[in-house]
Formats: sequence, C-alpha cells, structure tokens
Amino acid sequence: MSDIRLMKGNEAVAHAAVRCGCDGYFGYPITPQSEVLETLMELRPWESTGMVVLQAESEIGAINMIYGAACTGKMVMTSSSSPGISLMGEGFSYIAGAELPCVVVNVARGGPGLGTIQPGQSDYFLATKAGGHGDFNMIVLAPNSVQEMYNFVFDAFELAFKYRNPVMILSDGVIGQMMERVELSEPLPRRTDGQIVEQMRSWAVTGKPVGAQRNIVTSVQLDPIVQENVNHRLQAKYKVIREKEVRYEAIGCEDADHILVAYGCSARISHKAMELARDAGHKVGLFRPVTLFPFPYEQLDSVCKRAKGFLSVELSAGQMIEDVRLAVGCRARVEHFGRMGGVIHSPNEVWQALQEKLLNR
Amino acid sequence: MAKIKGRLEIDKERCKGCAVCLTACPFSILELGREVNSKGYNYPRVVDLERCTGCASCATVCPDSCITVYRTKQL
Amino acid sequence: MAEELVYKKPRLLTDKDFHFCPGCSHGTIHKVIAEVIDQMGMENSSIGITPVGCSVLAYNYIDIDWVQAAHGRACAVATGIKRLNPSKLVFTYQGDGDLAAIGTGETIHAANRGDNIVVIYVNNAVYGMTGGQMAPTTLLGMKTVTTPNGRDAKLHGYPFKVGEMISQLEGVCYFTRQSVHTAAGVRRARKALRRAFELSMEGRGLSFVEFVGTCSSGWKMSAVEANKWLDENMLPFYPLSAE
Repeated sequence: MSDIRLMKGNEAVAHAAVRCGCDGYFGYPITPQSEVLETLMELRPWESTGMVVLQAESEIGAINMIYGAACTGKMVMTSSSSPGISLMGEGFSYIAGAELPCVVVNVARGGPGLGTIQPGQSDYFLATKAGGHGDFNMIVLAPNSVQEMYNFVFDAFELAFKYRNPVMILSDGVIGQMMERVELSEPLPRRTDGQIVEQMRSWAVTGKPVGAQRNIVTSVQLDPIVQENVNHRLQAKYKVIREKEVRYEAIGCEDADHILVAYGCSARISHKAMELARDAGHKVGLFRPVTLFPFPYEQLDSVCKRAKGFLSVELSAGQMIEDVRLAVGCRARVEHFGRMGGVIHSPNEVWQALQEKLLNR
Repeated sequence: MAKIKGRLEIDKERCKGCAVCLTACPFSILELGREVNSKGYNYPRVVDLERCTGCASCATVCPDSCITVYRTKQL
Repeated sequence: MAEELVYKKPRLLTDKDFHFCPGCSHGTIHKVIAEVIDQMGMENSSIGITPVGCSVLAYNYIDIDWVQAAHGRACAVATGIKRLNPSKLVFTYQGDGDLAAIGTGETIHAANRGDNIVVIYVNNAVYGMTGGQMAPTTLLGMKTVTTPNGRDAKLHGYPFKVGEMISQLEGVCYFTRQSVHTAAGVRRARKALRRAFELSMEGRGLSFVEFVGTCSSGWKMSAVEANKWLDENMLPFYPLSAE
C-alpha cells in the first residue's frame, strides 16, 4: 500500500533516513535545511527503529561524529547548508581519505560568506572539485523534486557503501523548502550489529575479536610511497565511479539545436523555459545531470550531438559551465546564465537569456 | 628469615637509555653500561643483583616496557 | 623456591618499538592503558581514538581497534562511535595541543552532554610533535620555541587548567589528575584509569583522566631532569589528585 504525503524536501530527507535503515544522524541547525533535524526529532526514530539522532555543537562536531560512527560500519548521515558545509570540509577529506561510507545533504544557499538564506547553486565547485584538502572526490547527486530528495537518500547510501566513499546530495533552498507530493516506500530494517560485523569487519572498527587482527581507520601515512599508493587506489576507485555511476536526464535533446543544461531547481525552471522556446518554434532541449560527480561528460556530448549551443543555467556566477565546456569542447558555443545572491531566475528570464546569448547571435 | 631475591631481564634492543629506571630503583643498583645497542643507546645493567628485591619499580616506570622482573622467595 | 614472574611488558602492547623520544611519558601511559584494558577483559570491546600530535600513532602500539581523528576532534569522533555502539568502551587519547587548543569546543560539549566516553588527556605543557611550541598549558615564564623569553601572560594569556574547568560540568562523572614519573604514580594511575573505564561502562557520564607528563625534547633536558622538572614546576600548578 502506497503512503503518499505532502511535505517539504527537507522533511522528505528525514523520512527517508528513518525508512532506509539509517543508524544515526548528527546535525546542526542552519537555514534553509533545519527541517531535517526538526523532523527527525519529531519522528523520534530511536523509539521505533533505534536510529540515533543528535544535535551537535557545530557542523565540525557533526561531521566528526559522522566520521566516528561511519568507522564502525553504521549507516550515518548529516545535513547542512553552504556555510556549514564549508566547515565540514576537513571532515569530508578525512572520510574520503579513510574510505568511509556516509551521506551528506547540502541544501545550498547563496554566498560567499554568510551570504543569504535564500537558495543558491554556488556550491558546485565545493561539491564536485574541492570539498576539502587533498586529492579526493565525493559522489554528488542533485535532486530536483521532493520525491528525489526522498529517493536519493536510499541511492546515496547504496553508493556510499558500494564504494566506501562519502556521497553528497547537493540540493538547494528551493527543493528543500518547497512542498510536493511524495510517495514514501516501505521502511527497511536497520542492519543488526551481527550483520555489520559479518559484512564490514574487513575494515570497520567493531571491537577486535580476541586473537584476531585489529582494525585501524586512519588517513595518515607517513611513508610517502604508502601515501602515494593510497592515492592511486582512490583514483582507481573514482575511475570506476566515473565509468559506472553516471546519471542524467535528457528531455528533447536528440533533435535539439540548443540545449539548456541545468540541475536541481534550475532544471525545473529551465524545463518551462524549454517549453517557451519550443512554443516559439525553436528546437531546444534540456539536459539535466543527476550525478554532478561523476559528471556526464560523454553523455552530454553524444546525446546532444546535433546541438550547436549550450546554456548552462545555474544559480551562480557559472560553475557547472566549466564541465559543460569540457564535455563539448570547442565544437559548440557554451554560455552561462544565472541569478545570484538568492535571487531565483524565472522561466522567462532563462528564455530571454537563451535568445540573447545563443538564438539571436 | 625469608629473603626475597629479584632478577631482571632487560630488552636491550627496545631500550632508549632514558635512565628513568635508574632513579626509580629504591636501592640504586642500576646503571647505564658503556655498551650500546644497535640504535646507539646505552642500556642499563644491574650492578648489585644481590640487593634486588624484584619490587619492579624500574619496570613499572620504564616508558618502553623493556624490563621483565622475576622474584624468588628464599627461606 | 620457584621463581615467579612479577612484571613484564603488557600482553596488549605490540612488539613495535615506540617512536617516542627516550623517557617520554606517552610510552608509560600507553602501557597503563594496555594493562587496564587487559585486566578488565575488554580487548574485544575497546575502541580508542588517537589525536594529531606525538600520540597519533598510538594505534601501532596497543592491540585493539583504533580510529585516527582530525586535530582536536577526537571527542566528537568518540561521541559518534559511542552513541551508535553503547556496549563498547570508547576512549580518546589526546595531548594538550589537540585537546586544550584546537579541540576545546568538541571536548567541552562532549563533556557537557555527558557522553559515556573516557578522555585520556596528556598534558606536558608544550607541542611535542611540531617541535616544542607554546601550548595553552605552557607555564608562565616557561621557554618554548614560540616563547623564547618565557611565556608572558600579557602577550600569551595564562596556562589553561582544562581539567578543573571540565570538572565543573554536569555531564562529567569523574576527573582525576595523575602522573607516571614514579612507580607509585603509575600504580595510582592504573587504579584511576580502571575507575574511569568502569564508570564509562556503567553509563555514568564522561570521565576525564589527565596525565601530567614530560616532554624532554620540548623542554630541552634529559628524561631524568624532565621528571625532576615535572615535580618541581608542573605539579605545583597542576596538582595531582588525592588518592
């Protein structure tokens, strides 16, 4: 029997956490994502599934609680918004370096600095290129609906454990705050401690069985050759992720002369802009990367092979546009459009920009 | 009267010659020898084993856990 | 009469040589931890968290499961582990740079929440690993490489008694200050650590076990001189707990 509700994207994340068998959530309030923690506290999952929910003293505290709990093979997640995500950067690097699974939800707002509490998509670089120090990548999923906010928590945990790697759900203040119909799935049970030992003892810190080898979770390697080998191993893993985990959505791209490239809330807005363009007789398509890392470079190029112009639509000064350029090279014109500082572009503005920057040139 | 006699085994290779054991010994029967281990550290030796009671003060304070202590009760 | 074994290297200490300088207190404190965990039969249910600093590699020496934490974050890491694994003995091992400077926030809040972890805090009034810089705990007048003329309160503030501050918090069930520079001190420290571990497993709150230690390299003296200096300078300011 389906369980259909009307709720915010942030609330959907909380429901997904409880229903996907998550063992622990550690978070800190920040607008526009505080409903994740608030909803979890209301749901009281420690009384139903045994899931732990804790309000940490800071985002730094939260991500390090995640690091510790992830070391024990448990399913753990946190959520925050842009300034808080910056604070977590050190933790992301440690989690990636120690090869631990975890899920991080970023309901992004405009920046830089304290910026605005209104939506933004200017954390693309942070999420996909520079989450913290050192050579590492997080897998990044970009939902564009409340249903995807819910579904991607399940997907993110699957990927996190498949690759023992942090996974970020890069959302934005629009998707986090808007209310939509969402279908909640049947709750999955949490893994038992016995199952965790059975499945994860090869690496997880669960208490050393007497006479057995101890497990050490660490990201420090003082021998440079050993550290280089760690880096090679990580890069090999990211290569597999690039080959196997690309996800995207292409709408009307095959015959399109011009493509709007957008993720998250900008993809929804651009969908309407695409319709306006088509109504005016232009062959315009919408390409939505669902994974931002790995970015669908080859797919964007091959699916939109007829296109001679691409407009990267983002609530930023132009960040994803760099990956769009890498994808299509010099064979097509690539432009950017986006409002900033928490201002959300309208479909009409996108349609206007498409005409000015591509169609009328 | 029963007399307690101690005996020490010192892991010379593990020793760093810090000499903390020397000051811990209530009878001052340890000293650093002139010989060095493979790391170049002088390691301790017992100069007056007769007076060792096996109290294990030396081993207890040894930061590198180099000293094993045995004790025999002689009647 | 048969010869009996009185003392030997604890079973849970690995054969790997410590990387610590000669006479370093860390080695003795590691030994005490290994002994107490073995005595309590908790080899298979202990999880330690190492800091950033000289003791970052503690996991090489004590044969239990370990996690290495970011600088100062050990108490938050311990909170995450313990909250999801309440049956485990979870303890951090942190120096004064790690705990009392960069990690003050995480430490205070874990203590204030009363998380059932044990914090083992080694205070030698100096940054050892980075080469003997001033720590929050450096005594007034004490020379370090960043206080070459001695710590001046006007310039650097005052030495930080973290233990006394932590002990004021409701979530803390036990605060003790120990040293391992004498055999009697080691014996007292063993008892104190065991009590902290027991309280933690009883769910009584956070236990804070401070060790006043030496850093002969940072203090620029021999190990024996450092022990004497500890007696004469450190202990008057950081007094040991009564038994």
